[in-house]
Amino acid sequence: MRFQQFDQFAAELKADTRAAVYDGSKKGHEKRTKLLFDEYPDPNRLRHLAGEIKQHVIENLDTYLPAVEAKMKANGVQVHWAGTAEAANEAVLRIMRARGATKLVKAKTMVSEETELAAFLEKHGIEALETDLGEFIVQIDGDHPSHIVKPIIHKNRREIAQSFEREGLGAYNDDPATITQRARKFLRHKYLVADVGLTGANFVSAESGRMVLVTNEGNSRFCLAATKCHIAMIGIEKIVPRDYDLALFLNLLARSATAQELTVYTEFISGPKSPVQPDGPEVMHVIFVDNGRTEVLASTCREILRCIRCGACLNVCPVYRQASGHAYRSVYPGPVGAVLSPLLMGDKFPQKADLPKASSLCGACNEVCPVNIPIPDLLLRLRNRAKEENVPSPGTPPMGAWALLASQPLAWRASLLGGKLIDYVPTKLIPVPALQAWAAKRALPAWRGGEFRKWLKARRK
Amino acid sequence: MLNAERAPVTGKRVQLMATCLCDAFYDDVAAATVEVLEHLGVEVIFPEGQTCCGQPAFNGGDWVASRKVVRHTVKTFAGDEPVVVPSGSCAAMMFHGAVLEFENESDLPEVEALGRRTWELGDFIVNGLGVKTWPGKFAATVALHRACHTRGTGSIAAANLLLKSIVGVQVVEFGEVEQCCGFGGTFSVAFPNISTAMGALKLDHLRAAKPDILVSPDMSCMMHLTGLAAKEGQPIKAMHLAQVLRDALKAQ
Repeated sequence: MRFQQFDQFAAELKADTRAAVYDGSKKGHEKRTKLLFDEYPDPNRLRHLAGEIKQHVIENLDTYLPAVEAKMKANGVQVHWAGTAEAANEAVLRIMRARGATKLVKAKTMVSEETELAAFLEKHGIEALETDLGEFIVQIDGDHPSHIVKPIIHKNRREIAQSFEREGLGAYNDDPATITQRARKFLRHKYLVADVGLTGANFVSAESGRMVLVTNEGNSRFCLAATKCHIAMIGIEKIVPRDYDLALFLNLLARSATAQELTVYTEFISGPKSPVQPDGPEVMHVIFVDNGRTEVLASTCREILRCIRCGACLNVCPVYRQASGHAYRSVYPGPVGAVLSPLLMGDKFPQKADLPKASSLCGACNEVCPVNIPIPDLLLRLRNRAKEENVPSPGTPPMGAWALLASQPLAWRASLLGGKLIDYVPTKLIPVPALQAWAAKRALPAWRGGEFRKWLKARRK
Repeated sequence: MLNAERAPVTGKRVQLMATCLCDAFYDDVAAATVEVLEHLGVEVIFPEGQTCCGQPAFNGGDWVASRKVVRHTVKTFAGDEPVVVPSGSCAAMMFHGAVLEFENESDLPEVEALGRRTWELGDFIVNGLGVKTWPGKFAATVALHRACHTRGTGSIAAANLLLKSIVGVQVVEFGEVEQCCGFGGTFSVAFPNISTAMGALKLDHLRAAKPDILVSPDMSCMMHLTGLAAKEGQPIKAMHLAQVLRDALKAQ
C-alpha cells in the first residue's frame, strides 16, 4: 500500500530527533501561552487587529512599496528590486564585486534561505558566513534549518559538540555555554575582517522607511557595526504602515516566537552613517524580493502573506511535532510552510501539493497565529487546487462513488444495510485501501447501519 | 474561525441531522440525542433523505463531489427549524466548511442559511435553549475530549457546564487537552503513521488522568481513539455527551 512520502519520513525519523523536536516545540508553545494569554490583556483582539493591519498592507502593496522606496532613498539607502531568487542573489553579488569585497557576514534571514544566498555566494568565491548560532551550526554541518525561529531544533547538544570538534573548534565538549563561547570567539574575528554585513528585516515602516530587526544574540548588530556596507534582503510583504504599528507587532512577535516580552536586541535602522547619525555602515543597500509573492497575492491564499515568521504555528502543530521540519522539504515547514511552500513553487506546485494534506485540520495553528491567518481554510483551498490540477495523492480515497451514494437517499439506505459486510469479511479481503489503512492500526466499530432509523420508526409508532 | 452567527431559537421543534457515523455505527448516540431533546420538550423531526454532511470530500479536496452532497443536504433540511447535530465536526462543516466551498457558487445564500440554523447538540442545549443545568444522576469520573472542530464555538464550555451540573459526575483534566486526537478524516488513512502517533499520545494523557469514561461531543474522534485503544488490546470506555445526558435522566 502506498502512503504519503511525508508520513513515511515521520515514521522513519530517529527517536532522538523526534524527541528533540517534540520537546522543543511543546515547551515553546507552553511558554508562549503563559506569556501571551495569562499575562497580557486581550491577546485575541490584538491578533485580530494585527491580522487586519497586515491584510491591509498586502492588499495595498502597490502604494506602499513606492512609498517605502521614496522614504528609504531620502534616508540615503540604495533600493533594489528583485523579482526572483536569482535576481536577488545577483544583486548581492554585484554589490560585492563593485566593492571588490570577498567576505560577507550574515545574520539570520528567511528570505536568504529561500534564495539560497550563502551557497550562491560561496560558488562565486565569496565567503558568506552565518553568524546566528543555529544557522552557523546548520552551515558547518551542510544541513538545512528545520524551524523558522529555532533552525536546529532537531539537533541535540551532543551532535553539535561533535560538529565543533570536527571543525577544529576545540576538543569534544557538549556544555552549551562552552559551545556558545567557542562560536563567539570564532565569529568575533570574522566580523572584523568582513567587508559586508547582510541581514533581513522583520518589519519596515512605510511612514519612515525605518527597518526593524529583532535578534537575541546580537550578531546582527555586529554585522552592521563592524562592516562598511550593509545589505538588507527583505520580502516585499514585510511592510507595516506606521512606526506606531511596531508597538503592536513587536509585542506580538517576541511573545509568539520565543515567549519573550521583547527580544534582547531590537534595532531600528534608518540609513547609513551621516552627519546626524555618526555610527553604522557607510553604505546601505536594500533588496526587496518578490520570488513568487505577487503570485501568492493573486491567489486565493493571499492571507498567508500576513505571516511574520514567528513559528508559533509550528510549535503547536501536532503533525509538525511528529514529523519534524525536514518532512516539509522546504525552507518554510509546519502549517505556514504547508501553505506557503507549495504556493512559492509557482508552476511546480504539484511537487509540494502533498504538504497541505499533511494536516488533521485541527485548527490549533489559526488559534495561535499572531496575525490570525486562517491556515486550515488555506490548506483546504490548496487541497482543492491539487484535485483540480489532477495531482496524484497516495492514500486519499476517491470520493466519486461516495458522493453518488450520499446524494441519493435510496442508495444510501441500501448501503447502510449492505455495510454489514465488514463485520463478517476480513478487512484484508475488502479491496478498499482506505479501509485497510484504517484497520491496520485501528479496530473498526461494529456495523450498525440502519439501526437508528429502525429504532426511531418503532418509537414513533 | 468557526463562529457562525445564529438566529435565536424561538420554536420548540428541530430537525435532527444524525450524521453518517451514527447512521452506520453509533445508532445509540443518535437515539440518545432524540431522547435528550424530547426530554427538553423539543419536537424532533428526522428528515429521512439525509445522508452525510459532505465533509469527507471537502477535506479530501474534492469540492465538486462535496458540493453535490451539500446540495442534497440543503434540500433535505429545508424549512426554518434549527438543525441539531450530535457532532461538532458536522456542525462546523455546515456553518463553515460548506460556506467556504460555495463562495463562488450561485446557491451560496441557501448554504449560508442552513449554516445559520445548524447547532452542535451541547451548544444548542445551553446557548440555544438557555438550559444551564442537567437533572438526574451519573456516577462516573469523566474526561471531556476537546473535539477540534468545536474550536471557537460554545460547544466545549456548554458540555463542561452540563457535565459538571450532573449529580455524581466528576470531570478530570488531562495533559495537552487542546491537542488533536489525530483523526482528521482522510488524513487518518493517508498519513496513518502520524495519525496514530497523535492518537497514542492522546491516549497516554487520558490514561494518566484515569477517567472511567471519555466523553466527546463528536464520534469521529471517539472512533479513532477507541479503535486505536482496542487494537492495542487496552480498550477505553467512551461515550457521547448525549449518552451521558440520557443515562443521567434514566437515573432520576
